[in-house]
Amino acid sequence: MSSKKELAVAALRNGTVIDRIPSSVLFEAVRILGIERLDKHVTIGNNLDSKKLGTKGIIKVADTFFPEDVLNRIALIAPTAKINIIRDFEVVEKYHVELPSTVMGIVKCDNPKCITNNEPMRTRFDLVDPAHRVIRCYYCGHSVAASHAHIK
Amino acid sequence: MNPNSLVSISDIDKEEILRLLRQARYFENHPNQRILEGKVVATLFFEPSTRTRLSFETAVNRLGGRVIGFSDASTTSSSKGETLKDTIKMVSNYADLIVMRHYLEGAARYATEVTDIPVINAGDGAHQHPSQTMLDLYSIYKTQGRLDDLTITLVGDLKYGRTVHSLLEAMQYFNPTFNFVACKELQMPAEYRQFCTDKGMRYEESTDFSPEVIASSDIIYMTRVQRERFTDIMEYEKVKNLYNLNAAMLEGSKENLRVLHPLPRVNEIDQDVDDSPKAYYFQQAKNGLFARQAIICRALGIDIPEE
Repeated sequence: MSSKKELAVAALRNGTVIDRIPSSVLFEAVRILGIERLDKHVTIGNNLDSKKLGTKGIIKVADTFFPEDVLNRIALIAPTAKINIIRDFEVVEKYHVELPSTVMGIVKCDNPKCITNNEPMRTRFDLVDPAHRVIRCYYCGHSVAASHAHIK
Repeated sequence: MNPNSLVSISDIDKEEILRLLRQARYFENHPNQRILEGKVVATLFFEPSTRTRLSFETAVNRLGGRVIGFSDASTTSSSKGETLKDTIKMVSNYADLIVMRHYLEGAARYATEVTDIPVINAGDGAHQHPSQTMLDLYSIYKTQGRLDDLTITLVGDLKYGRTVHSLLEAMQYFNPTFNFVACKELQMPAEYRQFCTDKGMRYEESTDFSPEVIASSDIIYMTRVQRERFTDIMEYEKVKNLYNLNAAMLEGSKENLRVLHPLPRVNEIDQDVDDSPKAYYFQQAKNGLFARQAIICRALGIDIPEE
């Protein structure tokens, strides 16, 4: 254990670690997951060294286990993100986020003439081109690359 | 949501398209009937339209139904800030079917989600207008005797023209060959060219409305090039007359060629074409009545014969 690198943020006994978030979208990811509203211990680190990304952000949330489809929402902006589920200091499960086939209520449509921008209603986007990560507004048909999606 | 709603041409498959065409033919032979007796149809036109509204209302009237509605949203509660949801819910209490046109894209799809009665989209902004597509298909079917293996030339505004996009989607079942004739600014968008490739539909692109293109066509579908689409008015002046059709250009064209246009036309089809037996745009508008009678009956779940 003595060879282990010093942890930049405290270790977690139970909870969820969301790792490898590009630094530039860390706080957007926090917002998408609604982490501001949690009353559990939350540790957020940013601009940490990362071999793959240069710098990365990380979110640790104690005693909270998000449904997978909730975590997958951040795949819109952070396709590199990796989830670690911790129980009693051990990683019991890890996986990469995946873009869901339908995204409800998160993305704002760029088309000013879209009904969703003019009625009090929930937006819906469908993944129409998984290879190029293109999503399309269910209502007006306007397409956008997930990486350019306007998050509400 | 009512499963008989028609928001986009992609809501119905090949079989349903063909059934609607056979039913449109039935209505052409028997336009006046009392099969909608006791039914109330609401035509909600949040954006003005002459042709579409009159043809839907005529379709209902000729089948013995009654029409309520408005043709100008400024006289309704939506001008007081009422949401579309509330307007649709309120009208659903009175009518058996809603036919709606709206200036916002996706409005008709949303309307289907807030009501249990069927909704027919009569145009939502630049997005979808499926009854126009059905009357275009019916016009092609009537004049050519078939939908399969035709060469269709689309001319003018292929970028913003919703009618050409929907027609292209509907033709995926019928092995067409397309000619896309447009200036650079108004070319067929990449997603629709990709759609053609994905569905195995052949197409050629050209900026020149040439005699060769005309000679190869079974159908020429003209559209209006709109000044407001151009950011540079000089560009508009340069291209506005490139895609006009006159009678002399039809010399040497196929005997079965017919010229379609969703109307209103401005100057893209010269008046001298009107007298040609190949001009079909006025009959095309008339076909809208029969196509819409078939669509209305489908929406209300009324079984009608096919011819």
